[in-house]
Amino acid sequence: MELISCQNVALKYQSYTVCDNLNFVVNDGDYLCIVGENGSGKSTLVNALLSLKECSEGKITFADGFDVSQIGYLPQTTQIEKDFPASVFEVVLSGCLAHTKGSFYKAEQKKQAQNAIDLLNINDIKKKSFSSLSGGQKQRVLLARALCAAKKVLLLDEPISGLDPKASANMYDIINTLNREHKMTVIVVSHDLDAAFKYATHILHINHSSSFFGTTEEYKASSISKNYIGGH
Amino acid sequence: MSLSEIFTNPFICKIVMRALIVGVLVSLSAALLGVGLVLKRFSMIGDGLSHVGFLAVAIPTVFASLVNFSLEISLIIVVLASFLIMRISQSTKINGDSAIALISTSAVAIGVIIFDFTTGMTTDICNNMFGSSSVLTLTDKDLYISIALSLICIGTFVFLYNKIFCYTFDESFAASQGIKIKRCQAAVSLMISVTIVIGMRLLGAIMISALTIFPALTAMMLCKTYKSAVVSSAIISVICFVIGFFAACMLSLQTGPAVIIVNLLAFAASVIIKKLKRA
Repeated sequence: MELISCQNVALKYQSYTVCDNLNFVVNDGDYLCIVGENGSGKSTLVNALLSLKECSEGKITFADGFDVSQIGYLPQTTQIEKDFPASVFEVVLSGCLAHTKGSFYKAEQKKQAQNAIDLLNINDIKKKSFSSLSGGQKQRVLLARALCAAKKVLLLDEPISGLDPKASANMYDIINTLNREHKMTVIVVSHDLDAAFKYATHILHINHSSSFFGTTEEYKASSISKNYIGGH
Repeated sequence: MSLSEIFTNPFICKIVMRALIVGVLVSLSAALLGVGLVLKRFSMIGDGLSHVGFLAVAIPTVFASLVNFSLEISLIIVVLASFLIMRISQSTKINGDSAIALISTSAVAIGVIIFDFTTGMTTDICNNMFGSSSVLTLTDKDLYISIALSLICIGTFVFLYNKIFCYTFDESFAASQGIKIKRCQAAVSLMISVTIVIGMRLLGAIMISALTIFPALTAMMLCKTYKSAVVSSAIISVICFVIGFFAACMLSLQTGPAVIIVNLLAFAASVIIKKLKRA
């Protein structure tokens, strides 16, 4: 089933167009990896997918019964204040906000948060202060928060930036499990082509003049991927 | 004045209790909002806004007919200033603390010039800057307005608590969840303005921002979760206010400085406790 479709989308950052003529679809169960050079408009596209930014041309449409609040978002490493008093559980629970009627969390949301915590295997640090965690643990907590918000789709903006190789591998394993076993549709923005080749079903390469969208196999065979890797 | 005197003399008891009620409510509301402000690096907004409050005090000296509405005038002007500060700091070129500095110093300058043309610097102005015993002579109308507004602030904070946590912790995620961040910020600016205007009369324009910062910092020294930090901040704030308030009554001190010194001692204690815990 087609969840998200982008037709002839052009995006502007401040006043100039970063990419245009973007066409791609995300189907239920896909693992889409978005790659592209710095400044190619990946983060701008993320904002457009979250409906935080309007497309200057074209449009992004969602399937019936699917809307932005069902996308679980993991932002690009945000600087969270060092002294911020917040427990892991509080952070994960805040992912349930959009699905909460009224102002306060009920038993249902607390259970949902606990499920996400169990799924990501962070029960042992549940009561710890978020700011005291290591980089890999923090990303797992933020992924759990995204999972609470996600009904169908996880949108992860550079989930492994700043992580050491072991933590990165661990993060990819978790994402892969969520995709394969829990049928979560995954969209990852990343610079890591090796991982994209290993896990992704589809690849979107953003390049302001000529973007590419296709399956991972198609991408490997294309000239754009060869140029991109060669440019490294 | 001794404690027994306060409680046995019905006339004194009544005015002391009125000031105490307003003070406790303002301390509570300031402390609840304070945690978010400290975390968002907006600690000085209270200070900036209270300087704008100084401008508001100058206006009735020009239009004598407004003298009975000084609380209302202050509220309007300070609320407008807080929106202006938020607006300017959201622009890309000027950040939050510069915006506060711009607005607050300009407001004081205009206020002083107005006084130069009208009454000149009087003890009344001094009272406004440093707080005064006029705490104890709140009019009925001001008392009721102060109580109602602080209760509204506290209620709104509780109502918005989860949203405030979510966006204070991570704005990008909150925006993705459909939280209207600008609206939340506007609500917080509104609450902080109201708290500052009401509190200014008690503690003085220069010192009121302590009520938003000290309890939050003290609580954050000791707490690991957001909820415990907010709740402790509120409790610490109220306890410090009550101790400072009665100490001031008994030792014939100004209320503002006494409350702040108690807060400072509490903060120092929390630093020591934290050091001891680590050791």
